[in-house]
Amino acid sequence: MSTAVTERSLGAQMLRNRNLLIGGALTFVFAAAALISFVWVPYAVDGVDIANKIKPPSAAHPLGTDHFGRDILSMIMVGARTSIAVAIVAVGIGMLFGVPLGLWAAARKGTLLDEVIMRGNDLVFAFPSLLIAIMITAIFGPSAVNAIIAIGIFNIPVFARLTRSGALALWQRDFILAARVAGKGSARISFEHILPNVANLLIVQGTIQFSLGILAEAGLSYVGLGAQPPIPSWGRMLAESQTMISFAPHMALFPGLAILLTVLGLNLMGDGLRDIFDPKLRRGR
Amino acid sequence: MLRYTLSRLLSLGVSLAVASVVIFLAIEVLPGDPAAYMLGLNAQPDTLAALRDELGLNGTLWERYADWVGGMLRGDFGTSYTYRSSVSEMIGERLWVSLPLALYALTLSTVIAFPAGIWAAARRGKAADVTVMGVTQLGVAIPNFWFAMLMVLVFAINLRWFSAGGFPGWDKGVWLSLKALTLPAVALALPQASILARVMRSALLDTLSEDFIRTARAKGLTKGQALRRHALRNALIPVLTIIGMQFSFLMAGGIIIENVFFLPGLGRMIFQAISARDLIVVESVVMLLVFAVVLVNFMVELAYALVDPRLRARA
Repeated sequence: MSTAVTERSLGAQMLRNRNLLIGGALTFVFAAAALISFVWVPYAVDGVDIANKIKPPSAAHPLGTDHFGRDILSMIMVGARTSIAVAIVAVGIGMLFGVPLGLWAAARKGTLLDEVIMRGNDLVFAFPSLLIAIMITAIFGPSAVNAIIAIGIFNIPVFARLTRSGALALWQRDFILAARVAGKGSARISFEHILPNVANLLIVQGTIQFSLGILAEAGLSYVGLGAQPPIPSWGRMLAESQTMISFAPHMALFPGLAILLTVLGLNLMGDGLRDIFDPKLRRGR
Repeated sequence: MLRYTLSRLLSLGVSLAVASVVIFLAIEVLPGDPAAYMLGLNAQPDTLAALRDELGLNGTLWERYADWVGGMLRGDFGTSYTYRSSVSEMIGERLWVSLPLALYALTLSTVIAFPAGIWAAARRGKAADVTVMGVTQLGVAIPNFWFAMLMVLVFAINLRWFSAGGFPGWDKGVWLSLKALTLPAVALALPQASILARVMRSALLDTLSEDFIRTARAKGLTKGQALRRHALRNALIPVLTIIGMQFSFLMAGGIIIENVFFLPGLGRMIFQAISARDLIVVESVVMLLVFAVVLVNFMVELAYALVDPRLRARA
């Protein structure tokens, strides 16, 4: 089968996958909103406009205004940057450390090194991610950077385990044996032959961790441990709206919907990608 | 079984020891003096010296670690700097909110997820399956503290069925207290129930494609009978593991939900301690939560080995 045919059928598969289409569209909308906010927002988000405070949705302010008269649509657009940036960097940290650790553990399967890496992973799992975040904030103070580190640390064992289990299956295959016979060392085999073959798994898991990262960032900034003012964030918008929820429900509604739709989009996209990369699982779960 | 239990017990001990060292060192790496950090910039030198003495900061690193761990083993978690009261007593009071909340949520999540998962698996591909999968997809994506706020808006502010927050205390009546914990428990349970229902469904579908189910159908059982008598019990193993893991999420998730509803649990205690720079409380509560999580995982592993003899052999 030529490459061109494979690619075309992959593209056709993608277009037929409803999860991937809906998820991709939702993700695209929020990513685009974040990017557009760098060059244009309907209203500035740092100004105070007391005359227009707590206005319900109208033609001028499609999602209404908050208690400082700031436009909620603009706040959500700028807040998308924070959410996406925190989640992306946290996934990056998880992959940067987790993938090499998983590859290393798989290449030295059954040795002390493997055992130490896997037990270390278990240990990080024993700390719920929120507790790690709380410890880090208690020590270094609340900030977006510390939120990223806290979420990122928790991603490391996720990617390490996934990479190791994917790699272990591959090490049994004939093409790896061929590479060993050809005289390649285990480090070279890991990066040249194992890594490209676990990439699909990593992309799917990366999408899921991305969505979990957005939820975690929202939770942390809701309790004041994430991005600090004046950086807009969805979680803090919800925290600020809480005392006004009885007379200004729109302030609580829209940032929450933004989180829900972004996370939903990423999850659907992850499901869709899994279907395409791993046809055996299709319809199964 | 004994050998397996001992090996898990050893690994439990090692996990706890390493966790305690990590937490202890994390607090130790604080730039500067914890006492100065706790008192802030305008501390008087003599107050500082007194606090250093009280915190036992004058010993070596090893002495301080031994003090902290030794104290916890005897049930003495130290004295809160801000509240001037014993941390163990504070934890004791707060645990009576956090633990019932986690158990309440776990019960709700299980009671919702089991029927939903079984229903979806039994009607795979039909409307029921599509509905359960759609609702759980939303349940996984919804931020639970936002869901909690919406429930407050609907059930507390508009309908006035529940209070918007606070906790009356168990001595004011079990019914009132359970009522105060209901909205928080539902908020906590929703994402967990969604995950559990999906696991239940896929575990059942895996089991339903096994040969012994075909044999059961061949000897004349209906699809429903085969599901109830043979598939369900086998599908329970992965489901039980997930339930055990969810306990740790519930303890941690409870931290945020307690803040939404102003519940006087461990979660609010941690936040108050952070803003008051009361590091002893943070250190001890985090250690206690990690202990709870590690212990529950240990018990799940044992239960798992009881159900599945193959696992004992592997140890």
